[in-house]
Amino acid sequence: MTEATFLDANEILINMGPQHPATHGVLRVKLKLDGEKVVGSECIIGYLHRGVEKIGENRTYQQFAPYVDRMDYVAAVTNGMGYVEAVEKLLGVEVPPRAQFTRMILAELQRIASHLVWLGTHAMDMGAMTPIFYCFREREEILNIFEKYCGARLTTHAFRIGGLQYDLYDGFETEVRKFCDYFLPKVDEYERLLTTNRIWMSRTQGVGILTAEDAIALGVTGPVLRGSGVKWDVRKAQPYEAYNQVEFEVPIGEHGDTYDRYLVRMQEMRQSVRIIRQSLEKLVPGPIFGKVPKVIKPPVGDVYHSIEGPKGELGYYIVSDGSVQPYRVRVRPPSFINLQAFDRMIYGRLVADVVAVIGTIDIVLGEVDR
Amino acid sequence: MADESKPPSPVGPTEAPAKPPAAGGGPPTPPPKPAVKVPAAPEPWSSPQLDRIHQQLPGAVTEATLFRGMPTLRVTKEFLLAVGEFLKSEEGGAYTLLTDETAVDYPKREQRFDVVYHLYSFQRNDRLRLKVAVGEAERIPSVVGVWATANWLEREVYDMFGVQYEGHPDLKRILMPDDWVGHPLRKDYDILRQDEAWVQANLKIKSAQ
Repeated sequence: MTEATFLDANEILINMGPQHPATHGVLRVKLKLDGEKVVGSECIIGYLHRGVEKIGENRTYQQFAPYVDRMDYVAAVTNGMGYVEAVEKLLGVEVPPRAQFTRMILAELQRIASHLVWLGTHAMDMGAMTPIFYCFREREEILNIFEKYCGARLTTHAFRIGGLQYDLYDGFETEVRKFCDYFLPKVDEYERLLTTNRIWMSRTQGVGILTAEDAIALGVTGPVLRGSGVKWDVRKAQPYEAYNQVEFEVPIGEHGDTYDRYLVRMQEMRQSVRIIRQSLEKLVPGPIFGKVPKVIKPPVGDVYHSIEGPKGELGYYIVSDGSVQPYRVRVRPPSFINLQAFDRMIYGRLVADVVAVIGTIDIVLGEVDR
Repeated sequence: MADESKPPSPVGPTEAPAKPPAAGGGPPTPPPKPAVKVPAAPEPWSSPQLDRIHQQLPGAVTEATLFRGMPTLRVTKEFLLAVGEFLKSEEGGAYTLLTDETAVDYPKREQRFDVVYHLYSFQRNDRLRLKVAVGEAERIPSVVGVWATANWLEREVYDMFGVQYEGHPDLKRILMPDDWVGHPLRKDYDILRQDEAWVQANLKIKSAQ
């Protein structure tokens, strides 16, 4: 880049990542800078590409289920939930209510855990050291519940096509209730650290603005879309499992900046607790597995199913040719599509804002690259 | 993964109320399982909305089917942009969000790829799927001008399938290395295959397998 610009300074091109602590994995961003101002950017991805969709075509429907946990590895439960629901939809299988509410409880716990990772790392990127310790402390409690339920903490493979492999362990309900009571004051605690913190506000307010029109045009979903003021949540718009039987609010932002997206996610954690509490009330004893044949051979056809993942709309498009293996599995990764808005959000801002914007999109490279 | 087929068995006893007591004789009643009452195949779809498309753009939609609650329109390549523009407009249903764009490979067909678009309308709160067939040597119009989000999605389809887009602002690989040879999600690309030359030149190893 040798174009002459302001005061004859030249635009320079710098690489940020792929080895950089604030790019949340192996994201490489090419930045075109005029002084400290970003006048162009390009995300270079694919460093973590493992060909998950190709693997799916070479496994049976059940065998592929654990692989999806490895995409968004900080939200394995919701990833698995989207996949098993898509296959259930393809088969036309009903899942018993107990399994539905169990899935919702675990998925909302996972949403909280994912948001906690986001909050901790996002705040740390901007120089606030404390929140990450607090967030991981609470996340640990959630992971302990996962571990007790299915034996794994991170890549859980918690659900099966048709229902659950395991019924809840003794004391699950008490533990989750205890966690809810313990967790809500902690959200207040995080907010006390950040919400009116002057450094936090000046680092996030007005940074990375995305208007509602741009957000929709760029296909952005999840908290990023809601931060721009669009009240849309898959759980409300097209309810799956039993989300139509619980009450919760869909928080939205006003300005579409990093600060509003922060507020949206903080509210979402509180709403998740609300959903968990109601689901616990509705959790009655009963079967946990629907009528699913042992060999899954769906009819010829294709199906798209999406859920509200912690990062946005997580969709699965499965094409069946009537055999035991999917003909094609496509994952609609929210992180990948939301990351595309990065260029729009950073344009004209300072280099220091790059880390704020990457953090606020909340990407997981395992899912971006698949 | 070998014991993936086990899960249903421990559930047996709790499932009792659903069916008549089968005398608990272990595995004697596995056959009457496939009680799937939902349609087993896509069925024709008709709606006022489809009629409007037929009216506006005769010949654009060659087939309309419904499967698992989601309509699919098969659109000819020539009409893709017109149909996209129409569906995005208010009278077409305001499908302003392109949720996903991907492709499926059918190597035995004359036009081997199906490019698949998933649209969503906030106004109507429903989804619509478009399918466009395209051959290996043909070019398909890019929809980036209609839905900006298609930019990366089309790059991925190009990268993984080698579908050529016309009018894409920056058509290049996105997940695989720029100088990789081959398109991994094609059906004739074996799962163990790799670009040996690339691996040897860049990773300095004989083979990555």
